[in-house]
Amino acid sequence: MSGHSTYEPKSGVEKWLDTRLPIVRLAYDSLVDFPTPKNLNYWYTFGGILALCLGIQIVTGIVLAMHYVPHVDMAFNSVERIMRDVNYGWLVRYMHANGASMFFIAVYVHMFRGLYYGSYKAPREVLWILGCVIYLLMMATAFMGYVLPWGQMSFHGAVVITNLFGALPIVGQSITTWLWGGFAVDDPTLNRFFSLHYLLPFMIAGVVILHIWALHVVGNNNPTGVSVQSKEDTVPFHPYYTVKDGFAISVFLLMFAAFVFFNPNALGDAVNYVPANPLVTPAHIVPEWYFLPFYAILRAVPDKLMGVLMMFGAIAMLFILPWLDTSKVRSMRYRPTAKLYFFIFVLACLVLGFCGGKLPDAHVIPGLTTFQLLDADLNSMVWLSRFAAAYYFSYFLIILPVLGLTEVPLAQPLSISAPVLSHPAKAPVGAAASPEKRG
Amino acid sequence: MLRKVYVFAALGLALMAAPALAVTTQVEPKEIHWSFEGPVGKFDRGQLQRGYKVYREVCSSCHSMNLVSFRNLGQKGGPFYDAEYPNPNDNPYVKSIAKDYQVNDIDSETGDVVQRPGTSADRFPNPYPNEPAARAGNGGALPPDMSTLSKAREGGSAYIYSILTGYKTPSANLKVPPGKYYNPYMPGDVSGFWSGDMKDVPEGGFIAMPPPLVAGKVTFDDGTPSTLEQQASDVAVFLAWASEPKMEERKAFGVGAMIYLLIFSVLLYVSYRRIWRNIAH
Repeated sequence: MSGHSTYEPKSGVEKWLDTRLPIVRLAYDSLVDFPTPKNLNYWYTFGGILALCLGIQIVTGIVLAMHYVPHVDMAFNSVERIMRDVNYGWLVRYMHANGASMFFIAVYVHMFRGLYYGSYKAPREVLWILGCVIYLLMMATAFMGYVLPWGQMSFHGAVVITNLFGALPIVGQSITTWLWGGFAVDDPTLNRFFSLHYLLPFMIAGVVILHIWALHVVGNNNPTGVSVQSKEDTVPFHPYYTVKDGFAISVFLLMFAAFVFFNPNALGDAVNYVPANPLVTPAHIVPEWYFLPFYAILRAVPDKLMGVLMMFGAIAMLFILPWLDTSKVRSMRYRPTAKLYFFIFVLACLVLGFCGGKLPDAHVIPGLTTFQLLDADLNSMVWLSRFAAAYYFSYFLIILPVLGLTEVPLAQPLSISAPVLSHPAKAPVGAAASPEKRG
Repeated sequence: MLRKVYVFAALGLALMAAPALAVTTQVEPKEIHWSFEGPVGKFDRGQLQRGYKVYREVCSSCHSMNLVSFRNLGQKGGPFYDAEYPNPNDNPYVKSIAKDYQVNDIDSETGDVVQRPGTSADRFPNPYPNEPAARAGNGGALPPDMSTLSKAREGGSAYIYSILTGYKTPSANLKVPPGKYYNPYMPGDVSGFWSGDMKDVPEGGFIAMPPPLVAGKVTFDDGTPSTLEQQASDVAVFLAWASEPKMEERKAFGVGAMIYLLIFSVLLYVSYRRIWRNIAH
């Protein structure tokens, strides 16, 4: 809560600086004395994890840029040279490549958490939209970064995605040519992608600052969704959440390290270790896993322009979500019906991701041919993705607006402290009596 | 063609003039245990050396390995690493391997193109001067560069091993085009060459490489019996090393990193419990 600052400059230098540029005060209010609801669970640690992910990507990325050569004839070999000849280049490059996946794992958990606990609702709409902007920038950055090693999937992925703009009527072809810097994906494309791939993370960092600023104006949401009412409900961010986030970050890093050191190529496509060849198209062009749900939506629509619009529409849903959900109750803990629809929504996203990685005509149930429905067999990935995509959009456009008006939510606690103190299992038994015996 | 199906609505693909894709099939690679599997797995030094010999005597006549230098053979984790020579460029074994190769150079006095014996710092020379020459020498097919081959194929070493040991005389109903060989482990679609029942189209595809290995083709210096399977697994391991020469360093680093993070996590958890012990939450 952006209340009164409790910072008191202690040394002479701090006093001097505080009257000129209160930057220490800003850091103190943001990271030390920031009053935070005391009931945040581990789903709330992903904000800190994401900040770390961004830091890792920027630091490793800057080092990689010192060795990488953005040229169609040299890019692939320069990446391999980093892995073979640069000191700890393999570490830096694998951290960066897997770091992108970790970043998306964390951001998806962070977003689903926001959806579940209603963190997009008033007064956090701007906070949520800033998060959506970060997500959009992340997608652009990740896509352009994937093009840089100039492997087969880099190249053909770039061709497919940039060609999407060609679906726009009248201006499509001109826009595509303008994006390419020529008449095909080539050296100019690679160069601008490199330039933008270096630029966008700093824009992300800028929006992250706005995101945190917005967070500190309205304060954290919490699993009950009930607003903070008194000091009783909160603890200072430091040390309570620095240590909790720190623990979560450390566990997250364990998973991160397991990939980097023992399975560095598990999340990537093997074909991307074949140098790009415009004349040979890989058998399956698939994006990285974190784009698969959107890829499935794109392919679910028979018309290209409509497919592109649906794909971007899927992201647009997130931006307008604060005004689609009509329920005044934030947390789905107290919305049993909405909770059910939410878990189906999560499932639909996973199904879309699964379909995006398969050929559209592949059978969902192997070996079973049912009947032809319009353009494909009913037992095909394309129909499965259509059902999942239909649910995805219904969730935002029908379920959330209608449910808020029709459902009967459970009773919410009066304050954050109320359920904690009334819940016998969660009360700090013996804490007051003999604190020395614990921990 | 019943087996050929149109890939529906691959919208981006549509612009790339590849709307029709055949169904490619392949047999799953054979399951084989490798010494370098798992978080602490290492390459078997003897196997790397034998694998190098297979590469040198068989593969390298057609396949380049552009990204690998001779010195890599003598670096830590490489086939000929010798602790006495921490700088692999000084490793006499590596030097003598390099010297056996002739590499192109420019005479600094006259500017003429000359050939000179290789040094540890040189890359493995390409068996063909350029891509058209490589294609011309192999019936139009390009032998892929081997520096990243192992990680550029789904299945990695198991895939390479399966291809090398998997050549099969096809059924009489399969008309193998001239200069091609049937291999069930090669991804492909042979339905167009199949005259039998369309339900029994063999899995796999055609490969332009004739079966490269036969028992006894390479004589191993350590006395290991030179069976086809031995040669294939040895060269598969060598190629795994060639694509990931820093694998052993990476895993060793990783074990340390995991132990560090594990201890750090435990300490943080204990601190967390201590700091929060008086807070109901």
